[in-house]
Formats: sequence, structure tokens, C-alpha cells
Amino acid sequence: MAYTLTVNGRRRTVDVDGDTPLLWVLRDELGLTGTKFGCGAGLCGACTVHLDGTATRSCTVPVEAAAGTAVTTIEALSPDRSHPVQVAWLAEQVPQCGYCQSGMIMAAAALLKETPKPTEAEIDAAITNLCRCGTYPRVKQAILRAAAGA
Amino acid sequence: MTALMTASPRVGRRGFLQGMAASAASLTIGFHLPAKAAGPAAATDGALVNAWLRIGPDGFVTVLSNVSELGQGTSSAIAQVLADELDLDWSRVGTAHAPVEAPYFNPLIQQYAVWGSTGMSTQFEALRKVGAQARAMLVQAAAARWTVAPESCATRDGAVVHDASGRSLGYGDLAVEAAKLTPPAEPALKPKEQWRYIGKGMPRLDLPAKVDGSAVFGVDVALEGLRVATIRQAPVFGGRLLSVDEGPALAVKGVEKVVRLPDAVAVVARGYWQAHKGIEALSPVWDTGDNPKLDSAGVSARLHAALEAGEAKTFPRRDQDPAAQEAATKQALDTAATRFTRTYEAPFLHHATLEPMNGTARMTADGGVELWLPTQNQSQGRLAIAAALGIPAEKVTIHTTLIGGGFGRRIEVDYGVQAALIAKAAGVPVKLIWSREEDTGHGFYRPAAVARVTAGLDADRTLKGMVFEAAAPGLFPYSELGKVERNRTMPVEFTGLMYALRLPYAVGAYRAAYARTDVGVRCGFWRSVGDSQNAFFVESFIDELAVEAGADPVDYRRRLLAQAPRELGVLDAVAAASGWGAALPKGVHRGIALSRSNGSSSAMVIEIGVDGTAVTLRKVWFAIDCGLCVNPDSVKRQIEGGVIFGLTAAMTGKITVAGGAVEQGNFHDVPLMTMAGAPAFAVMVLETGGRMGGVGEEGVAAAAPALANALFRATGNRYRSLPLIDHGFTFAG
Ligand code: FES
Ligand code: FES
Repeated sequence: MAYTLTVNGRRRTVDVDGDTPLLWVLRDELGLTGTKFGCGAGLCGACTVHLDGTATRSCTVPVEAAAGTAVTTIEALSPDRSHPVQVAWLAEQVPQCGYCQSGMIMAAAALLKETPKPTEAEIDAAITNLCRCGTYPRVKQAILRAAAGA
Repeated sequence: MTALMTASPRVGRRGFLQGMAASAASLTIGFHLPAKAAGPAAATDGALVNAWLRIGPDGFVTVLSNVSELGQGTSSAIAQVLADELDLDWSRVGTAHAPVEAPYFNPLIQQYAVWGSTGMSTQFEALRKVGAQARAMLVQAAAARWTVAPESCATRDGAVVHDASGRSLGYGDLAVEAAKLTPPAEPALKPKEQWRYIGKGMPRLDLPAKVDGSAVFGVDVALEGLRVATIRQAPVFGGRLLSVDEGPALAVKGVEKVVRLPDAVAVVARGYWQAHKGIEALSPVWDTGDNPKLDSAGVSARLHAALEAGEAKTFPRRDQDPAAQEAATKQALDTAATRFTRTYEAPFLHHATLEPMNGTARMTADGGVELWLPTQNQSQGRLAIAAALGIPAEKVTIHTTLIGGGFGRRIEVDYGVQAALIAKAAGVPVKLIWSREEDTGHGFYRPAAVARVTAGLDADRTLKGMVFEAAAPGLFPYSELGKVERNRTMPVEFTGLMYALRLPYAVGAYRAAYARTDVGVRCGFWRSVGDSQNAFFVESFIDELAVEAGADPVDYRRRLLAQAPRELGVLDAVAAASGWGAALPKGVHRGIALSRSNGSSSAMVIEIGVDGTAVTLRKVWFAIDCGLCVNPDSVKRQIEGGVIFGLTAAMTGKITVAGGAVEQGNFHDVPLMTMAGAPAFAVMVLETGGRMGGVGEEGVAAAAPALANALFRATGNRYRSLPLIDHGFTFAG
């Protein structure tokens, strides 16, 4: 079946089964591989994108439920790594292997939009993405840095 | 990612001397040139292929890294070393993966591979020399162009300058000429005082692509006509595929092919979701082999029984005779006033890299295969894939992708072999992606282990002697590294006794013994390898001895470390930084542990809050002496990540087996620490300037004993088995 959604500002139509998770529409149909597959079960956050501005684990959203929405992926967070979260991420040298980082960054960007000056407890509560490399201390530093506008 | 290779260089499998000095000469210098310019030079001089540096006409320098980038930052560290010798401008440097060719083999192990935290420590001096050679050649080229003496030239920010005449030529203008020159045998190395990049927290070159989604990991590989496959492997260890009805998978829209492998079935489809639906539709029939009754209780019983039955054999230290060690420890224990024996246990553990196992393969027209693999073991991978396809190794080309976490798992190449077999059977290029459940259920696990440690104590509680005996499955029967090691003189018992073999502590007469007890569970190299369980056993035991002696655990260790200056240094550093010994608030407790591996020494203090069974990790102080350090900031991050890795395992980590199969599947039953559970960190990288050691694994081993020792302070109970949740604790976050 054909489904139409807006991805990174462009209207896209894909012909897939309605139960296909948004994650695989982005990766396999649209070639947007910045959004990662970690668990396929909503448990790790590697696949986090913005769905109408809200941080969403795209492996849990079937394309039929995403039709008509606006999706933003890591590729379009900024055209040139200039989003405050990306700037803070590089300043704090957050990533190690980097695999979880697209999801982390998308989750952090959504948090800061909602809560521009989060407390550490608010960061802990909002960012539940898994990072096997253990970048959590740096992720937290980077979010605080972005919030401080530094 | 193992500490296996810490022994001194030795005669290797091909029979020639593989010391650092011998191999440095084989790191031939040259330049990869832009295709157009390279023509004549490349045609006349084969040495040009052996290149570490690609200098574009615009002067941009690409450093070819022979170390898989698993997140440890070594590719950037290699660039730092070369950039320093060459006086490059850091903003005009990039990295790329070097091809799998002999000049890029790691000098210590003579393989294109990285493990044992050796990516930098075994290559540092050779890389400096390569950089200095290139610099000398660029200078010579400029001097010839200007007809001045090379000695009158200097290098600055990617250019050769002649200050006397005010002239300057960028490296991009000189690369073609320089590449034709003979590299000097003994170029002058830049003195340490003039280093600009080595020892500094230079921003990593691989990170920009990791914040905008453009980094290409194994799962991201795109090729013309590429199909996606996923796999279902025999659930029981050693199982085989008996039969499978392909029909239900082929009925799924988008599924193109079902491929049978000896121990698995794969579905090839237009995309991952279709392949997933296809595999879910199948009902393969498995032969369960020899292990259908294997379970965790049986494994534990077998390991305990091995120790009871005296199966552990003394593993001699290099300079000692095992019989003499046995006699000395027997004498010490027999004449001691009391014997103190404790038994510890650790479970199987999984790597759980966030990027699941995957690999991409395309058959080539000449009967070869080209692969794109997230692997840290290119050399062995090539051999294994060649053997599986029945083609010569020269026909296997491996391109290294970025890797979403390794921790030892990507030493194995099972996913690469599968990708090649599936691509061949399907007749199309295939990207094989495992589900998380397959990844969890088909790992190469950190072995479960049981250790019995005995000390002989005098009436005044002084230590007379100590015996460490462990039973655990071996790694070499399963791991790709077993094939490498088979022909080496390194005995297989080594990994089972890491840390325990050569204690930093003066404990009187001592011996370590190991019973390799294979139980049918596939085991492999897990970040910090044998240190990961043995540091828990030893450091818990030393803590118990401190209590027996009525001593503070830091003071007690200090007494036993008089002959171990590096360990004493890190112990004193964490004790001072944490204010060890100061009064703590109610419900707050601390534990300490040491570790030593890959030529580095570490000490860790953890502070926890305990309320009944609810535990909060408050703060970690960690000191590492890794000798000379290329990027201290990067080292700190590696340590933080390693400690989190070790704490995660200590708190909740376990793989259990029932009916011959792994019981865990997705992250709901392989819980990982989250941000809310992570402690605060104070990491100290001691500037001792000694011999360079590893840093990738060193954060892991001390974490479990430090935490268990802190829980003893909190509760008065010793926790001698892991994970700690099995003792009823819950951890915040
Ligand atoms: S892949 Fe979506 S939450 Fe893990
Ligand atoms: S950086 Fe490797 S999983 Fe987070």
C-alpha cells in the first residue's frame, strides 16, 4: 500500500505493508541510515526521531500510524551540525562508537525544546536511551552545556 | 580487545621474528596519490602502495588507520602521532581505513586486527618513524626545488618553509615529488618537548560524522541491487538445521529467497522488515546436537566439581618451576597458623554491542567476494571466509566499516562468513542483519567461572602464602583467536588466569592453577577477558583478608604493594582524591579495588548509597597509569565507559542457559545501565611517562570488586557471586 508522510520537510510516498515500522521505511526505503536499529522493540532508543516534534522510537511506529505526520531525522536536525545539541556534543566529544548517538541527540534536542533548562533529574528522566559504550556522563554534560547556551 | 598479547613479542606462526624492532622496518613509507598524479610513480615503485598518508593536491592529509574504529578513538590517535611528526594542521587532517594489506599488519601480532588494547601501544614508535620519514622526504623535495640545503628548511602547519628566503611550499605541492624519494632509514624524531598533538586532548576526527548521521556503520552499507537478509540460528549450542519448509517465508511480500546454512536458515528480501517477517513465518526443524540438557545449574556444578576433583593445574610463572611453586605454597599453607579459603563465582556475559552483528557481501566476477564488515579481525576473517567459500584468501577483499561497539565480539567473524555464504547462494549482494534476539542468543560469551582462593595466615594475620584455583571454559576452542594461537607458544590457560597469574601483591609463596572446563557454551573474548572475573575474585579476597587482619582495605593493600610502585601510585592517587577514610554520611559507603592489564595499572574507589536493598551509585574515582598517553581526554572517556561496562555486568549482567539454549533475548532481559543509574566520575590519568599501556579495557575489571566491597561495608555481608541483583539488590536508574 502507498503511504505519504513528510520526512525532513519533503513529502514522500512509500509503497510498503502498513505494519512496516517507520524505522525501516526511513532506512530501507528512503536511505536515511542515520537512524539506527538496535533492538526493534522500543527498548534502546537508537531509532529515535521527531514525529511532529516529539521524540519517538521509530521502530515502534508502523508506517500506517505515521502517515500524514512530519518526521525529522538526525540528517535534518541542522544542515551543517549547527544545532546547539550537535555543537555541544562536539565540544564535549561525546560519542565513542557513535551508534547510539543519533538517537541520543534527537532525544536531547526534543527535551531541550520542551524544557530549555532541565535539571539533572529531568535529564535522567527524559533520556532513557541505551549506550553500551557508557557515554552517559558526557551526554549529560553536553545537554547541560547546550542548555546553558555555551 | 583482549589482553592476550601482552607477553613479549615472540616467534610467530609464520616462524619469523616479530619484535617491534624487526617489524618497524616493514612499515614502509609512501603516499597514496590522487589517481592522475599517481600514474608514473605508482607504476615504477611498488612501495607506494604501502602508504599511511594520502596527501591531496590541496594539502588535505588523510591518515590511513589500520585499527578498526570501535569507538576507542585509536584512528584519531594514530593521526595525532603522524600529525605531530609531520607538523600538520589538525583542521586539515582526516582518517580512512587502510586496506587489508601486509604493510598495515600490527607489528606485535602480525595480523590486520586489533585486540588487547594494542591499537596504539604496539605501534607508537613505528608510527612516529613513519611520520618522521614522510616529513624528511617532503623537506628533501622542497629543498631540491629551491636548491637549498634540507637542513635550512623547517616544517610548519602542513608546509615546508625556508625562513631565510621567506619561501614556503604546501605538502600538497610536494607530495608527488616526495613520493619518489627513498625513505631515510633513521629519520630524526621530534623531541618530546616539541610535541604539539601527542599528549593533548585533540578533538577526534571521527566525531563530526557521528553527530549528523553521516557515519557509515556496517548496517548502513548501501550497494547497487543490495538485498537484506536476516537469520535464525540453531537455538541450542552445536545444533544443526534438519529441515525447513520455505513456503511460509516465500509467501511474504518482498521475500526473494530462503537460504539454508548448516546451522541456520536465512531469508533474503527487499528490506529488513520483509526478511524479518519471512524468518518469523518459518518453523525450522533443528537437530539439538549434544547439548539439549545443558543448563546453568549444571554448568555451575561442573565448575565446582572440577575444583573439588583437583583438576586445576598449576600454571607456572615464566621463570618458575610448577613443582617448586607447589612445594613452596604447600609448605607455607601447612605451617601457617590458619587457612582461610573462600569460593567465588561469575556468570556468562554477553557483549551486547548496540549495533547488532551484520555483514555485507557481494560476489565478484572472478569468483571472489568483496565484503563490508564491522570487524576488528580482518586477517582471520579473510581466512575464515575463504575457507567457507572454498576460494583462495587473495580472492576475499574486506572493507572495514565503522563499528557500533565491539568489546571483543568483533574478533569473531561468524557474521562475515554467513553474509558471504548467503550472498553466494542468493546470487545477489546481501546485507545480513541479525535481530537483537539472535545477537543475544548467539554470542561468544565471557566464560562462567568458579574460583577457590586459599591463604595461609600467621597468628598475627600476616600472609604466609596463597593459592588461586579457577575452573572455567576456555576461549580458544571457539574463538577465531584460537586459530591464531594454536601455533603459538602461548598456552591456552593464560586467559583463564589473567590478573591471578602475576599478582601485584606480595602474598608470600604463591601459585595459580586453572582447570579448563569446557561445557558446550560458546565462549570468547569479552572486554578485559580473564581480568573481568579474576579481578573480582582476587580483589574480593584481598578485601576479606584486610577484614581478617582488622585493617583498612587501602592500608592493607598498601602494605602488600611495597614492591609494586605503579599499583601503589594509582592506589594512593584514588585514596587521596576520594578522601578515603573520611567520615561518610549515613547510608553512604565505599569500596576499593585494583586491576592491572595490558601494561596499565588501575585503582578504583566507588561510593554508593544503600537503603535496605536499594543501591545508588554515587561516584567513582579512578586512577590509571598507562605510561605515555597520546590523548588523555580520550583515555578518560574510555575509562568512564569501561567502568560503566564493568558496573553493568556486576549489577545485572548474566547469560543463563536452559535446554542448551541462551534464555535471554532482547534488552528487557539483558538490562544495561542507563543515564539515571550512572555515577559521577573523577578519572585521573597519571603522568608517569612510562611504557605505554592499553586503555580500552582497563576500566572494566576493578568495577565489580569495588562495588561488591562497598556492599560489604554497607551490609556486613560478602557477595561472592555475580550479578548482585541475584542477591536481592536493586539499582537506581
Ligand atoms: S531500535 Fe527502536 S528502540 Fe531500539
Ligand atoms: S557511543 Fe557506542 S553505544 Fe553509545
